[in-house]
Amino acid sequence: MFELLGIPPQVLMGQLLLGLINGSFYAVLSLGLAVIFGLLNVINFAHGALYMAGAFVAWMLLNYLGVGYWPALILAPLAVGIFGIVLERTMLSRLYHLDHLYGLLLTFGLALIIQGLFRNYYGISGLPYRIPSALAGGHNLGFMFLPNYRAWVIVASIIVCFGTWFMIEKTRLGAYLRAATENSALVNAFGVNVPLLLVLTYGFGTALAGFAGVLAAPIYSVNPNMGADLIIIVFAVVVIGGMGSIMGAIVTGYMLGIIEGLTRVFYPEGSSVVIFVIMAIVLLIKPEGLFGRAA
Amino acid sequence: MSSEKTDPPAAGAAPILPPSTGMPTLHKAIFLVLLLFLAGLPFMVYPVFAMKVMCFALFAAAFNLLLGFGGLLSFGHAAYFGGASYIAAHAAKEWGFTPELSVLCGTAAAAVLGLIIGALSIRRQGIYFAMVTLAFAQMVYFFALQAPFTGGEDGIQSVPRGDLFGLIPLENNIALYFFVLAVTFGGILFLYRIVHSPFGQVLKAIRENEPRAISLGYNVNRYKLLVFVLSATFAGLAGATKSQVFQLASLTDAHWMMSGEVVLMTLLGGMGTIFGPPVGAALIVTMQNYLATFGAWVTVIQGVIFVIGVLLFREGIVGVISRWLKRPL
Repeated sequence: MFELLGIPPQVLMGQLLLGLINGSFYAVLSLGLAVIFGLLNVINFAHGALYMAGAFVAWMLLNYLGVGYWPALILAPLAVGIFGIVLERTMLSRLYHLDHLYGLLLTFGLALIIQGLFRNYYGISGLPYRIPSALAGGHNLGFMFLPNYRAWVIVASIIVCFGTWFMIEKTRLGAYLRAATENSALVNAFGVNVPLLLVLTYGFGTALAGFAGVLAAPIYSVNPNMGADLIIIVFAVVVIGGMGSIMGAIVTGYMLGIIEGLTRVFYPEGSSVVIFVIMAIVLLIKPEGLFGRAA
Repeated sequence: MSSEKTDPPAAGAAPILPPSTGMPTLHKAIFLVLLLFLAGLPFMVYPVFAMKVMCFALFAAAFNLLLGFGGLLSFGHAAYFGGASYIAAHAAKEWGFTPELSVLCGTAAAAVLGLIIGALSIRRQGIYFAMVTLAFAQMVYFFALQAPFTGGEDGIQSVPRGDLFGLIPLENNIALYFFVLAVTFGGILFLYRIVHSPFGQVLKAIRENEPRAISLGYNVNRYKLLVFVLSATFAGLAGATKSQVFQLASLTDAHWMMSGEVVLMTLLGGMGTIFGPPVGAALIVTMQNYLATFGAWVTVIQGVIFVIGVLLFREGIVGVISRWLKRPL
């Protein structure tokens, strides 16, 4: 067996896989943030809480209604998306004429409420969620063991990310969306129902968070705090990538996940802060972000 | 170029008086009544509770300097509050510093931290600024969790209160109370002075119209950095003082939840007012105190106050009173 810098390949590949998994969640979550921010100019602080809610909905479907993983993969994002639509209609839409910071503050308050409620009813110890039987077990690739479910998470996240990219960059609906991002008043004047576009966008962005939550449920235990710390890292990812481009958000998400994984191999103490250090460096060299447009 | 264009922008929700007029009588009266009230307070309520309120009042006032008067929303002020409390606790416990030197150490550390994070953060604006400050604060939190001297999950416990100037023992809660009163009241008066200085006027100009301030020749980034450092410093003063009161520096003080709480206090009391943030701090701390037994409901209630505050009550309590009285408060 060959070794790289004294690190056994199993360890290296294992951490790379872990990094890629984390990167998948960073990518799906920062994609949702970027889609919402692009059109609504709102940073959705509740994104982490909605990710957590997605995992909980999947858990509740299984334990209260006996609905398994695969239907939950559709139903939970749908439920979270509808919840997002309600939030947008009843609260967020009242703030569009104000400073963008109020949107951030409102969604922060919503995040506190959602997290607090789940913590009240389910405590802070995690709830287990079994890996669906079709994806149990794994494959021995010779140089490492690849659990099937983890491979599925990576594949699913890539499909969702590129599906979203395709929808926004290549379809007619996406063209409306991009046009409304540039100049919503003009698009509205052309007869496109911009308020509808706004609410659907927020619903879709939150549904993405819910989807990530369902994906995460079998890997991490389902618990009320699972989104809180993650969302701050995703914010750093978004600052590094810049929210100007959909592809930028996706690529940055995966890239930082892998960098984090590598750091865990070579300098474990730094793995929790490496993304923030990269953010500091990016701010020094290219403040608008790697893929960002100059503000 | 018309002459009115160069005039200062029309007064907003919280007009600031010109710097030359000195403190208006109304403000003098409020400060005086407040001081008399606070002097009697430890004989009416539990002194440690009163000290906690005062520390958070200073914290919120320092935060409000940045948000209300500088127009910059930092979502990471726990970094300076918590960071300073760790350094002050360490200085008092391991180095055997007297209370005033420990607090000074913590405050200086917060100033340095504010300088580093501020210099990086002001490179982005608006919503990005909030995210960047939050991310850096999380970095400080991880540092506090892992660094060898911070005690990890336990924090730094049983910090000795020591003797003020090496002479006056602060073991007694009443003695400590008057030390805390002097520090926090003095801090808030100093912040008041900053807001009503020529520097404060320039800040207001930048907040109202940044491009115009630039075109008038102001080095906007230098002003932003200075107000950031000042705000971080006073947040640090509050945190360092709190660590002496509770004889404890813990992860709670550095957590993002703390950053959120100070935003909530400021929003509830009235951002951009002098007396609002301390009022908000007093209300939130009191609420936490009475609802402590309800556990996570406190978080839910704080979230609800946030949502209601943003949707219906953006002026805050003192902001509304100020509008009724037609006087800046």
